[in-house]
Amino acid sequence: MHEMSIVLSMLDLAEHSAREEGASRIDAIHLEIGALAGVVPEALEFAFQGARDGTMAEAARLEVDYLPAMARCAGCEADFELDNRYGVALCPTCGTPSANLWQGRELHLAHLEVT
Amino acid sequence: MSQAPGTRDVALHAHGGVDGSDVRTVQVQKSLMTHNDGVAAENRARFGDRLVLNIVSSPGSGKTALMERTVADLADTLRVGVVVGDLETDNDAVRIHGAGAPSVQIVTGAVCHLEAEMVARAVDGLDVEHLDVVVIENVGNLVCPAAWDLGEDLRVTMLSTTEGEDKPLKYPRIFKDADAVIVNKIDIADAVGFERDAALDAIAKVAPTATVFETSARTGEGMDAWTAWLRERQAEKRTAIAGAPAGAGVAAERPR
Repeated sequence: MHEMSIVLSMLDLAEHSAREEGASRIDAIHLEIGALAGVVPEALEFAFQGARDGTMAEAARLEVDYLPAMARCAGCEADFELDNRYGVALCPTCGTPSANLWQGRELHLAHLEVT
Repeated sequence: MSQAPGTRDVALHAHGGVDGSDVRTVQVQKSLMTHNDGVAAENRARFGDRLVLNIVSSPGSGKTALMERTVADLADTLRVGVVVGDLETDNDAVRIHGAGAPSVQIVTGAVCHLEAEMVARAVDGLDVEHLDVVVIENVGNLVCPAAWDLGEDLRVTMLSTTEGEDKPLKYPRIFKDADAVIVNKIDIADAVGFERDAALDAIAKVAPTATVFETSARTGEGMDAWTAWLRERQAEKRTAIAGAPAGAGVAAERPR
């Protein structure tokens, strides 16, 4: 249940950013999370519901964009989406296994809506 | 309003909040790991030219047994210190200490992974100045530790022959980020029907650039290749840092 640690980091960063802008309340938190970030959406929401009381985000919505895992082939340099649930990065064109995962690990706070 | 370069861009869109007040959009564009990564960079600076490993695996794959033997095998020329993370008990730190290495236990309670701050606190008890290698044995878990940089140079992911050949396919992230993969308990591979080729194939698909070791921490089989690799990596880092211009420091992040 590392989602709780992630949510606590998120609330710290969100409150800090909102205060810097002189906001009094956070209305929405927009995240970008990679498909291989290891985050379970339900666990993230559950942790958020449990952790937000008493923060500026007490009444905020949590909106998450899940980003597909993308790799670049070491053989033919094609970009491709990892096309199975196991994240095996075999290039669909030439079959080369690729370690070069350039998207999919994101745990990113994109923007806030504040008042 | 101060404007930090590249991070702040406040758009004043009046799209009307629930109570009629103006809702503004604040661009943050930062990793949720920003704080952790900052502490990890501090850890990295503090470790200096010491080689630092972050060892991850599921519970029971033999991390502590492997570290006991690793510490003993390296002891002729290298001083190794170990940080051990567990949910409860200091049993593993006691075992490592018994093998002759200074060790510090991090009891995480309910927390399923180590974070850079926990390591920073633990390292206070380790006398890093007098070490050549620091091993961080993470909490046994193949999911949660993945996102937390602890300040290590090398991520080592272990599995054992009792766990099934497809583990790298089931937990791709933690294998994909590995610099080295260790297959442990090869002494009982036949008894448990371990299919070696299938396991190596799964590792090669998920982590094609990782260096693979096959070991038995119990019999010592395969330990030579693993400890020789560690000695090379340690010498390599020491040379790289000694040759770096003064004040250049080390990389702020472990390259992935």
